[in-house]
Amino acid sequence: MIRFDSVSKRYPNGFEALSDLNFEVAPGEMVFLTGHSGAGKSTLMKLIMLMERPTQGQIHVDGRNLNRLSNSQIPFYRRRVGVVFQNHQLLFDRTVFDNVALPLQVTGTSHHEIGKRVRAALDKVGLLDKERMNPITLSGGEQQRVGIARAVVHKPALLLADEPTGNLDPELSAEIMHFFTRFSEFGVTIMIASHDLELLKRMNKRVLGLSQGQLVHDGVIW
Amino acid sequence: MRKPERPRKTERQTGAVHSQTRLGDKLDAWFAHHSTSAIDSLLRLLHTPGSSLITWLVVAIALTLPAALLVGLMNLQQLAGNWEDTNQISAFLDTKLSDAEAQTLRNKWQKLEGVAQVDYLAPADALTEFRDYSGLGRLIDNLDHNPLPGVLLVQPRTGSSLDALYQQLLAEPGVADVRIDMLWVQRLEQLMSLAERLVLTLACLLALGLILIVGNTLRLAIENRREEILVAKLVGATDAYVRRPFLYAGLWYGLGGGILASLFLALGLGLLSQPVTQLNLLYASQFTLKGLGLIGSLQLILAGGFLGLAGAWLAVARHLRLIRPH
Repeated sequence: MIRFDSVSKRYPNGFEALSDLNFEVAPGEMVFLTGHSGAGKSTLMKLIMLMERPTQGQIHVDGRNLNRLSNSQIPFYRRRVGVVFQNHQLLFDRTVFDNVALPLQVTGTSHHEIGKRVRAALDKVGLLDKERMNPITLSGGEQQRVGIARAVVHKPALLLADEPTGNLDPELSAEIMHFFTRFSEFGVTIMIASHDLELLKRMNKRVLGLSQGQLVHDGVIW
Repeated sequence: MRKPERPRKTERQTGAVHSQTRLGDKLDAWFAHHSTSAIDSLLRLLHTPGSSLITWLVVAIALTLPAALLVGLMNLQQLAGNWEDTNQISAFLDTKLSDAEAQTLRNKWQKLEGVAQVDYLAPADALTEFRDYSGLGRLIDNLDHNPLPGVLLVQPRTGSSLDALYQQLLAEPGVADVRIDMLWVQRLEQLMSLAERLVLTLACLLALGLILIVGNTLRLAIENRREEILVAKLVGATDAYVRRPFLYAGLWYGLGGGILASLFLALGLGLLSQPVTQLNLLYASQFTLKGLGLIGSLQLILAGGFLGLAGAWLAVARHLRLIRPH
């Protein structure tokens, strides 16, 4: 599903965020990405989202070489990917329903279909009764769940999550992880960036460890 | 809170075909997004009535100024047009010329190129006319001979050169003098074509100003919705999708300003029409003040809309590119 071939990313200021990265993630796999802040987790995610372009190497996602995608093709590529942000990036000028509906609105889905899918996504994260509320009135855990609903509402083949449990207590983190595990069971490929070692041990999944832009660990953490 | 739920495999299967939406549905959704963008941007403008009204007024002023000057010019041209119709060349004949000779001359001139009509005013008739209108009746009766020459009144064909005709008539035998009293009309016409250019230049400058005003207003709107644009782009919104609401906002600014401008013009002309009617009565003139009319007003409104759209395009092209990601 994801393949990195000797990928390097050097920023214009000379900082090398990623150097010569090689790894592969199989379809339907659930992997964690870990490392200290500045190790390159966010850069890696940005490369997959095409928010940045690699300075060297090839990235293949879902059979597509990202280097060959032109800027005008990027939106259509992104519609196959779902993202959960650390700071959830919800819009407080609209309801929970409209926040979750955004990925469907941009693809030109019919109103009827949007209604069905948004409610299905909200149901999955247990927030169906809050659809008319403004996300600003929700708790941190609930906001993150709205973010997850938005990331999966268009049924992406690949789901990226950048520190999805960053500001949450262990109980809420476990709950959020529960959702991800369920999506993984549906066949979605999932990559989650997290520096919570306890969580990584508990989840017992493959972990990619980054340090100073290099891959230093690949496997389950005991 | 959460219902225990078994993983439903069927759900994923329907998910795989979601990108194969029918073209008809896509088209429906495209129209739907256009209408929701249009309505949504209008509602947004109405949500901040104060600042929107100011923008509308500024746009309206930028449109009213050149439109008012243009209307003024149009009315002047109409007035000058009336005078031009009465444009006439008076050829004063030699006093020695007899009526019969004058009539021969008249028939000859009638065939000249550039001449529409020639009338002969005999010295006797001229004297009668003069006696009747000058109020010097008694005095004129006391004259021992008629001092007035015969006059051939030449009506030039419209569009022909007055100057050439003037030279030609002056060279004719038996002509003592030729007068074109309406020379100043020509000068006025020159002045008006100059004024027309000035108005056009002014209109271009104000149109440019209008584009920049709308562009700047929308630049702020784009900044305010930066987060929304970012998120929309990350979930796969195309540039066209992101642009659309701002382009509609520009259109609304322009159209709203255009409507206000035509109202201002109608109001101004309404205020002027009373004194103009009184002036007309005094001068027994048939001149009527003309406004833009329905078509002209619609054109003004459309021009406003077009310029607003252009301003929006400018802002959107410049500032959306600055918002990462691409």
